[in-house]
Amino acid sequence: MGSYVIRQACLAVGVLLTAIIILFCLIYLVPGDPATVALGPRASAEQKDVFRQAMGLDQPIPVQAVRFLGNLLKGDLGTDLLTRQPVLTLVASALPRTVTLALVGLGWALIVGIPLGCLSALRPNSGIDRLIGVFSTSVIALPSFLLAIYALILFAVVLRWLPAMGAGEPGDIPDQITHLILPAFAVGLGWVGYIARLVRASLLETLQENHIRTYRAFGVSDMRITLRFALPIAMIPVVAVIGVGLGSLLSGAVLVEVVFSRPGLGSLALQAVTSRNSPVLVGTVLVTTLLYVVANFATDLLAAFLDPRIRKEG
Amino acid sequence: MAPITDTVAVAPPANRTGAHPAWVGLRRLLAHPAGLVAFIVVLGLVACALFAPWIAPYDPVKIAPRIRFQGPSWEHWLGTDQLGRDVLSRVIYGTGVALKVALSGTLAALLIGATLGIVGGLSRGSVDGALLLLCDAMRSLPLILFALAIVAIYGPSLATLIAIIAFSMAPGYFRVVRNQVLVLRSMDFVAASQSMGASLPRIALTHLVPNLLGPIIVLIAMDIPAVIGIESGLSFLGQGIQPPDPSWGSMLSDGYSFIRQAPHLAIAAGLPVIVSTVAFTFLGEALRDVLDPKSSRGRG
Repeated sequence: MGSYVIRQACLAVGVLLTAIIILFCLIYLVPGDPATVALGPRASAEQKDVFRQAMGLDQPIPVQAVRFLGNLLKGDLGTDLLTRQPVLTLVASALPRTVTLALVGLGWALIVGIPLGCLSALRPNSGIDRLIGVFSTSVIALPSFLLAIYALILFAVVLRWLPAMGAGEPGDIPDQITHLILPAFAVGLGWVGYIARLVRASLLETLQENHIRTYRAFGVSDMRITLRFALPIAMIPVVAVIGVGLGSLLSGAVLVEVVFSRPGLGSLALQAVTSRNSPVLVGTVLVTTLLYVVANFATDLLAAFLDPRIRKEG
Repeated sequence: MAPITDTVAVAPPANRTGAHPAWVGLRRLLAHPAGLVAFIVVLGLVACALFAPWIAPYDPVKIAPRIRFQGPSWEHWLGTDQLGRDVLSRVIYGTGVALKVALSGTLAALLIGATLGIVGGLSRGSVDGALLLLCDAMRSLPLILFALAIVAIYGPSLATLIAIIAFSMAPGYFRVVRNQVLVLRSMDFVAASQSMGASLPRIALTHLVPNLLGPIIVLIAMDIPAVIGIESGLSFLGQGIQPPDPSWGSMLSDGYSFIRQAPHLAIAAGLPVIVSTVAFTFLGEALRDVLDPKSSRGRG
């Protein structure tokens, strides 16, 4: 287990460094003058000077690269071009809101998706299995922001059951929860289908294994075999695949936040992109990439902890 | 927008009848109930894209201030928008934009991914390792935020949009091609043809391409819904296709601004996104069943 942890940790650091290098190349190796490209042709010379100074563009490229990395290690993600606030502060205040939305969305998707997957796997090719299959395939690719718009129209504009805008009064927990229902629904629905399919496929494979057949020979009921013995094993690959999908979960949450005008990474990024405030966006990407790599490392370890075979084959 | 897992590279099923494999595949697809429906819908979308000027009842950019915000009627099936433009015509013209972005984006991704995949698979060692790391790093960047950062630096345009899609989708093709190259390298018949003096390009053409065709077609069909989602999402944020070009995402953004006054705008602009993403997903599933005998066995 020890060597597996070390190898995965090295891999995670390597992936993170490579992602930083990709971002650095995209910001600093812009053809032409980066300041003109970033601010547009109508920017004044003064604006461009401010931008160059803020981004350190007056230095040679290797110096810029070392400084960029050095600043990152110190936790300095640069400053907002407009408000002059440190980017890290902006991202740190927005991130928890987005992560909360993403996790609540994933949470309800797990609660609904796992039973649906079990139901499918218990009666493969039955009517209910086909129904769940068609539902899963239909919702899996639907953009979550589109679901958010439709949910907003139906439940907030037409029926007026739930609030349409914002995240609720700070400190008022019931109000915040009612504001969370529709966004979490939109973030999670595609994942219900995704998880149901993953669980079904993984469970069907597990049910073929020898030790499960042995339980059957001892007369243990199908239901008990599936839930008590097969499901825990079948969940291992599901955990690993969910880890890989966390990035798109976050992307979905970002767009849904914009639809419901919730404060978070989505509104931060949208404001930054309309004012071409690239340090804020690059900082947002860096922090979320770090989060993704750490979460992925954690799910890898969790999967290896649950299943000794993963550690060995590596 | 849940992610789609890698499809496993498997050789296409053996062809005993002697008919061209493409025909065999098509016939099997049309015998697959969901595949048939999805295939017809996708054909309809392609027809809308190619023949929009003949199919659309009105000019998609013609402004008619007197008939703003009209609900659906016999003259305007999906109503009119805030400038009195016919929504149905804009939806039909938007199909062309959406498919253009989806196809050019995925084909560029295929080109980049396949080239790097062949390089990685043939060289193995440190070059392959570096490419794998690059691929993992690309995947770890949060797509929408990364796209917004790129737009903030390079400005919103069709070229930026296609480049973002190409780079974010390329890792999938890289993996499929690289793994297939590795599988083929270890096969005896490849070593045999190599020992008989066959050149590398010839081996690639006769052995690699036929083995990759199935998995890549499936991957393209599975990627297109994701690409349509990215394009409409970025256009919804005003950072993708720029007005007055009708794109589903910017129509959604318009509809969203008038969501209380005229909710039919957002509903109408969302319909083609739903139809196309669902149709392409089902088409991809059906293609996988048809082209990959392993997965259909797993279903029974």
